[in-house]
Amino acid sequence: MTATFETVQLAHGSGGSLMRALIEDVIASEFSDVQLEDAATISFSEASGAASDLRLSFSTDTFVVHPLFFPGGDIGHLAVCGTVNDVACAGAVPRYLSAGFVLEEGLPIADLRRILHSMCAVAREAGVAIVTGDTKVVGRGQGDGIFINTSGVGEIRSGVELSASSLKPGDKILLSGSLGDHGICIVSVREGLEFGTDITTDAAPLAGLVNEVLDAAPHTRCFRDPTRGGLASALNEIADASQVALFVEETAVPVHDQVRGACEMLGYDVFQVANEGKMIAFVPADEADAALAAMRANTYGAEAAIIGEVAEGTAGRVALRTAFGATRIMDTLVGEQLPRIC
Amino acid sequence: MSDAPGFDSSVFRDPALAGKLIERIRGLAAKLAADKPVKLMEVCGTHTMAIAKAGLRSVMPANLILSSGPGCPVCVTANPDIDHAIELAKQPGVILTTFGDMIKVPGSWTSLAQTKSEGADVRVVYSPLDALALAALHPAKLVIFVSVGFETTTPIIAASIKRAAEAGLENFCVLPANKTVPEALRALAGDPEVGIDALILPGHVSTIIGTAPYEFLAREFNVAGAVTGFEPVDVLFGIEELLRNLLEMAEGGKARIQVAYERAVKPQGNPVAVAMMNEVFEPCDVAWRGLGVIPGTGLKLRKEFAPFDATVRLPVTPPESRETPGCQCGQVLRGIIAPPACRLFGRACVPEHPIGPCMVSSEGSCAAFYRYRDVDSA
Repeated sequence: MTATFETVQLAHGSGGSLMRALIEDVIASEFSDVQLEDAATISFSEASGAASDLRLSFSTDTFVVHPLFFPGGDIGHLAVCGTVNDVACAGAVPRYLSAGFVLEEGLPIADLRRILHSMCAVAREAGVAIVTGDTKVVGRGQGDGIFINTSGVGEIRSGVELSASSLKPGDKILLSGSLGDHGICIVSVREGLEFGTDITTDAAPLAGLVNEVLDAAPHTRCFRDPTRGGLASALNEIADASQVALFVEETAVPVHDQVRGACEMLGYDVFQVANEGKMIAFVPADEADAALAAMRANTYGAEAAIIGEVAEGTAGRVALRTAFGATRIMDTLVGEQLPRIC
Repeated sequence: MSDAPGFDSSVFRDPALAGKLIERIRGLAAKLAADKPVKLMEVCGTHTMAIAKAGLRSVMPANLILSSGPGCPVCVTANPDIDHAIELAKQPGVILTTFGDMIKVPGSWTSLAQTKSEGADVRVVYSPLDALALAALHPAKLVIFVSVGFETTTPIIAASIKRAAEAGLENFCVLPANKTVPEALRALAGDPEVGIDALILPGHVSTIIGTAPYEFLAREFNVAGAVTGFEPVDVLFGIEELLRNLLEMAEGGKARIQVAYERAVKPQGNPVAVAMMNEVFEPCDVAWRGLGVIPGTGLKLRKEFAPFDATVRLPVTPPESRETPGCQCGQVLRGIIAPPACRLFGRACVPEHPIGPCMVSSEGSCAAFYRYRDVDSA
């Protein structure tokens, strides 16, 4: 479907199906070793034949959020959380990060310091060390203040084998908290769209939460953080990878009233709005209660809930039972909802 | 566009209340003829989306059909108008501003999004006032706002034009493509092929124009109407009121135009907004996608505001327009076919590569049907 576009469009960066098509049809088709998961799993023993069973989770993410500062966070905080969470998704303890900066001529040094301070603070909290980096400067008008790339590695817990293709009918779907806070927070401070709200970003490092869930529910099938494209895109990708049907109860999904109200006002579907501090876990039914308790015991999982389950049925289909008793498709985001949200 | 965040509108989304209304609707529908379904049409894109998102269609009784009409302003914009906007965007020194939905809509040959990625300066704004601010910021550019929308949007566009005139902001103008709703409903109500029994009337538009402009529907066409809000409970309440009226009519009563959205709509509307609209715009004939030219439903700038008319300021010749081959958006917009009946729906035409505007606009009925399709039909 990307073939129908001759140029890259903003919608290709949305985290929805257009972006997926661009990645699969154009990018991944050139890079044949790429693993299309949040993080790649790499094993040095496989590569070199060395007698090590060390497995690493390795991920990279680039942050272009606008504005740079928003309620509850900033681009630096986001840049650390995003990569920490992607690395953790593979069942790993994130250890080391790199940080690459593209700075635009004219960026106030005070702003840069503020961003770096929040990177350090959240890295400390997440237990990761930022050990290498790179800095480039571009002329005024050729960037937008600052873009940040972070890459991270972590050690995958021994015995843990997470895979998006391992879901089984009967598994429960857990969500670590309310949906849509990050996306709506950014929208609420975008030029021309500002509206008064108390909504703050949910961006948070979730490696602790992931590892606590794994302690409580060692047979967890996989984790996914529903960032751009929201819950809907994440669930559709996983349903597709595992060739199962997913079933979600609308009334079980936590959404803050202000976020719901803002989504109604803006015409957004809350299931497609970006999150930066939420984790989805797919857990066998007999471990689901333990996993839920572990999530709720974590600072960032107090509102966690079981929102649905893996079902028999059409492979790859995500269905939502609405609050009004109807059952409809929960479709993936297609194009642009709001560019540059992370 | 519905209630502001902070306003507690949760009662209008209350599943228990909705459940009671659904029961009442089923009870009322059971008293109507089982073999001749009644057709209710909503003519507002926000209703289209609200109904699909809550999945209301699938919980309605079998003899009640919820059909979508020409309620999406982007969808009813005819190809020549889209082509015109694209041609303007290509001109040097132009910043073309538009509502986000418009950018993805395919015209005869290309879209604004494609034109933008090829280098045109096309920017999404959330209000024409943002376009005005851009004009002030870029005095050397001509900032053009693609002016689409119904009575809900037109007053603020009129206000922007007035403000530009007062401020002497000469580098701002609009491409006028606004439309008015009531006379388009006449075209639908009088069309036996469409066959409407009752109309779910647009809440937002009615906050501006009130209910008087719809009275002819009941009087001349015996079509019932209820101005309805946008939360699921609002929509169900509007449907219930319409069914009550239809039952009265079955026993010799008259069709009525009611307000089922009293917290937002006053029967007299908003005279200040209407006056603002009339000060800047005057009616003209205009082509609607699918409905053809409907006399008096377009809005052009009055003579004294001609300098703010992009067609006057920057005359261009767009390439000859065409109807997209195979696209049945026109029939969808008249409610003659439901989106899945279009042979392109879900096959050649999907949100990733829309053939027609109804699949791409966030208020389009094909987009609503596709995005929120019943699991049985998927």
